[in-house]
Amino acid sequence: MGFFFEVAIGGLLAGVLYSLVALGFVLIFKASGVFNFAQGAMVLFAALSLVRLAEIMPFALALMLACAIMVGLAFAVERLILRPLVNQEGIILFMATIGLSFFLDGFGQAIWGSDIYILDFGVPKDPIFILESLFEGGILVNEFDIFAAVVAGVLVLVLATFFQKTRIGRALRAVADDHQAAQSIGIPLNQIWIIVWAVAGFVALVAGMVWGSKLGVQFSIALVALKALPVLILGGFTSVPGAIIGGLIIGTGEKLSEVFIGPLVGGGIESWFAYVVALLFLLVRPQGLFGERIIERV
Amino acid sequence: MLYREAGQFKTSYAADQAVFPILQDRLALALVLVVAFFAVPLLSTDYLLTSILIPFLILSLAAIGLNILVGYCGQISLGTGGLMAVGAYAAYNFAIRVPGLDLLVCFVLAGLTAAAVGMFFGVPSLRIKGFYLAVATLAAQFFLDWSFSRIRWFTNYTPSGSLAAPPLEILGFRITTPSGRYLLTLAIVVVMAALAKNLTRGRIGRSWMAIRDMDIAAEIIGIRPLQAKLSAFAVSSFFVGVAGALWAFVHLGSWEPAAFDINRSFSLLFMVIIGGLGSILGCFLGAGFILVVPLVLNQLPTAFGIPLSTAMISNLENMIFGSLIIFFLITEPRGLARLWAIAKEKLRLWPFPH
Repeated sequence: MGFFFEVAIGGLLAGVLYSLVALGFVLIFKASGVFNFAQGAMVLFAALSLVRLAEIMPFALALMLACAIMVGLAFAVERLILRPLVNQEGIILFMATIGLSFFLDGFGQAIWGSDIYILDFGVPKDPIFILESLFEGGILVNEFDIFAAVVAGVLVLVLATFFQKTRIGRALRAVADDHQAAQSIGIPLNQIWIIVWAVAGFVALVAGMVWGSKLGVQFSIALVALKALPVLILGGFTSVPGAIIGGLIIGTGEKLSEVFIGPLVGGGIESWFAYVVALLFLLVRPQGLFGERIIERV
Repeated sequence: MLYREAGQFKTSYAADQAVFPILQDRLALALVLVVAFFAVPLLSTDYLLTSILIPFLILSLAAIGLNILVGYCGQISLGTGGLMAVGAYAAYNFAIRVPGLDLLVCFVLAGLTAAAVGMFFGVPSLRIKGFYLAVATLAAQFFLDWSFSRIRWFTNYTPSGSLAAPPLEILGFRITTPSGRYLLTLAIVVVMAALAKNLTRGRIGRSWMAIRDMDIAAEIIGIRPLQAKLSAFAVSSFFVGVAGALWAFVHLGSWEPAAFDINRSFSLLFMVIIGGLGSILGCFLGAGFILVVPLVLNQLPTAFGIPLSTAMISNLENMIFGSLIIFFLITEPRGLARLWAIAKEKLRLWPFPH
């Protein structure tokens, strides 16, 4: 039993990391209806910028500069991609973000290099035992994963306050609800897009920091971000809690299935398990766990 | 007035509905085919045939398959690589497990297998659309990737996981030379492209386009979404599967699952977007374009005396592809095929502006 919980907790904590990436997707989709395939590339780009800048300057300064870079990216995306493509179909915008993700992958590695960089901000990575009184031998968890979970929790709290309590947050929600209505009461759509992409860039930076210090900053981070897609499907594209809970479910399910089902079918099922779960789930509930119901009328 | 149609009268419905109603188009196509079938094998080098023309033709075929799904039926798919793999592994298994089966039959069977698999993964499209479907097709890609690398039966229990295609023997002829392989590919691609062109012009193609343009309205005018969507998935996967079998047998010769990974899916999607959504000609243009860009990138810097590392070249390649996609979507969402159509319009009036 202890082993089961150990795997499950490991999965939960891995799921937190998926949630972090998924959160960036949800933010952009909520506020602009753009399915941002480039979120994974943004995570890699942010992490690369941070780790390479930190090599030549104090960490705090590098962090600020990396934030600035992501804001600059948001400006560029709004100016060069979203504005010319305004009013196009969602699928065109989606393909444009695939283009953006290729560009960012190449661009990031072209200027920052494509080796594996170590990102370490002093969080211990030792495994520790918890709940030793409850289970025999205790449950093994990684201290770093707990730290990541705390970071994710704080980030969600900050974002929730930002969305619910601030003026800009209200404007963002208005835009998400109805572009045209928001525009007609004087909310500037272009600025909102910049803000949303900047916030998504900031989330990408946080996700990149956490992923990067766990795996090392390298190209595989952009691939790990592909795992955030099934998370989104499960949670619904428009729901922040959905991203979190979807991440936890996918993370746990993935680890449990790998450990308990994997050996029966040859292992390595982590690569598709999340997707197939999401696919099956879509057949039952196309809008995801917390997504808004899709109503179509002619 | 190079492209003058004045005086070309159509006196029958058949003439009016021809694939190429204009004489110049028919002549140009005939010329291209004559050059492709006779001049190219005689004149070009083995390098040109094996590393540019054969992959170009096969990728064009795969792009036609994807274009049927994305461009004509509006169902976005990121699992094309996986379906190419289905074609390749199915052809391999038919070839080694059924003795005496002609390779051409194997290719057709491979296409049919891919069509069945494609339809299976197309079922979700009946309930979900757009982005959700894109992610669902990623499930196909990852699942197929995994099964070909882990399920040993597919690879006939070879220890390394990489496969070698059986010798190319079509209708009793052993094909060994590059020009032979080129002609085989060309013949298959020409036949299938003509098939695709006609399918998209007919009733089925119309129903695909109706679904693409507005699915609910299409349903109301009596098009069955189930039939239209699943037939698009089936036909598309058939083309992609045959392309996969050709890619493995004719182009690569021996291959690993990595030959059909997710990057293959993306590059095919790029071909379709750059070439032109909803255009058969665009598939050829897009495939040519995507193949030529890396070659130019490899040659150009060295020609200018700036040697770049391979990592840098691949980064540049990604950047250029990414920007090109965005550029095309913004300036000409209908791709190179649309540019070609505009050029024809201009030629009609040349040298006068109006």
